[in-house]
Amino acid sequence: MTTPYKAIANLGGRVRKGITGLGAFMRLFGSILARSGSAVSRARLVSQQVHFIGNHSLLIIAVSGLFVGFVLGLQGYYTLSRYGSEEALGLLVALSLTRELGPVVTALLFAGRAGTSLTAEIGLMKAGEQLAAMEVMAVDPIRRVLVPRFWGGVIAMPILAAVFSMVGVIGGWVVGVLLIGIDPGAFWSQMQEGVDVVNDILNGFIKSVVFGIAVTLVALHAGWTARATPEGVSRATTRTVVHSSLLVLGLDFVMTALMFS
Amino acid sequence: MTTVSFSDTILQFADVALGYGDFTVLSGISIEARKGQVVALMGGSGSGKTTLLRAATAQIVAQRGRVSVFGQDIAQVSGESLRQLRQRMGVLFQQGALFTDLNVFENVAFPLREHTSISESQIQERVLEKLDSVGLKAAAHLRISEISGGMARRVALARAIVLEPELILYDEPFAGLDPISLGITARLIRDLTDKLGCASVLITHDVIESFAIADQVYMVGQGKMIASGTPAELAGSSDPYVRQFLDGQHDGPIAFHYPVTPAFTQWLEQRKGRRS
Repeated sequence: MTTPYKAIANLGGRVRKGITGLGAFMRLFGSILARSGSAVSRARLVSQQVHFIGNHSLLIIAVSGLFVGFVLGLQGYYTLSRYGSEEALGLLVALSLTRELGPVVTALLFAGRAGTSLTAEIGLMKAGEQLAAMEVMAVDPIRRVLVPRFWGGVIAMPILAAVFSMVGVIGGWVVGVLLIGIDPGAFWSQMQEGVDVVNDILNGFIKSVVFGIAVTLVALHAGWTARATPEGVSRATTRTVVHSSLLVLGLDFVMTALMFS
Repeated sequence: MTTVSFSDTILQFADVALGYGDFTVLSGISIEARKGQVVALMGGSGSGKTTLLRAATAQIVAQRGRVSVFGQDIAQVSGESLRQLRQRMGVLFQQGALFTDLNVFENVAFPLREHTSISESQIQERVLEKLDSVGLKAAAHLRISEISGGMARRVALARAIVLEPELILYDEPFAGLDPISLGITARLIRDLTDKLGCASVLITHDVIESFAIADQVYMVGQGKMIASGTPAELAGSSDPYVRQFLDGQHDGPIAFHYPVTPAFTQWLEQRKGRRS
């Protein structure tokens, strides 16, 4: 084959591979949803996963939230003070966190902390023949392994995003009120006045649920399709971080455009 | 060995060919395992023994011939029927395949929790009884990462038998066991088969232990069935394949060296070409 034809064939091959991969991803999503009745009938398995996934990510989320809050407090004060609106710092911190930073940064941290551990766990279960053993024992591994982890991730993510935003607001308060000396009454009352439950908090919540679905699904799919070797599991883990981070940022843009335009 | 009635066929391979994609690993395989029998499938490493197990559990479909389990053609069953069929089987995987997120007790309890609705006290009684039979009752609380490879194999055995299945498939049950565990495991397989009246199929290359407990032995190699018969018949066989395998001879019809392929020759020439 001559070079131009080869290049076209290669491009076609890549596109086809991408579409096939997307199809497999959506099929796995469909299979998980179709078997999700077991998440209700065996809620204990889901609660175990919420505990496992959520607990392990809690510390990093809380610490990150605190530092993001600190930085927002400093940067916000610096900018607002140029316009004489320092009292609006509370509002700025709260809106930034509930609308954007809470869901997005939590999702990115969640991908790095919980997503990778989900991928590695499923990949190693595959490598250790645990999934095959389940199948031979007449236990559907999607129902028993993927469904509880999926719902565990989807439930844990908004809770973690809420924790992130809450700790971030405290961080902003520490910097703004305690260190810089903004009036605490103004800080809280502006926030109370300006943050809308539906437009800000509910939209932030919807974002975090969508990110929870996206990150958990990418992580489970990467583990499920990982090659059953140490190298395969390592590649799958990297894939989880890259794909889910890009997906979160892309989805955030789309949702922000739809929600706040 | 107890006297059993050889009327109920539990597992049957009838002129089966097995492989992956277009590649055939084994062909012309006919095997039968009946109620109360211990059947040993023997062959060297890479002879396709595990492929036979995968066919018996419907993980792969036969390219030719018919694989029947409990009288049903396994290629024709799927969904709920396959699930019900698999509930009547126990499988001991080569590496144990224990669930690393559960402890020893929960691993053995897993099939009971998934397939029965018995009470917690009954689960505890049955799990501890099975763990006791493999000598690991006092290890019930340990995590899988805390037990040795040999112990993991015994836990996997307890898990395979906890539902008291009618067919138990053992993939290399003796590999990696110390001499004491090896003898006890062999005895256990025989006793379980006699007690439960199930069919046991061992996939192994351990001649001494399997000949001591098997009713019937099938030997595979070079992509086909080499020999079959009772342990006594095979031990007395003068077939060069059988003799080489049983006596562990270096020279014989079974080649020790992997055959030279055109792909290997081409690879070697390319390597030489790069270095010169």
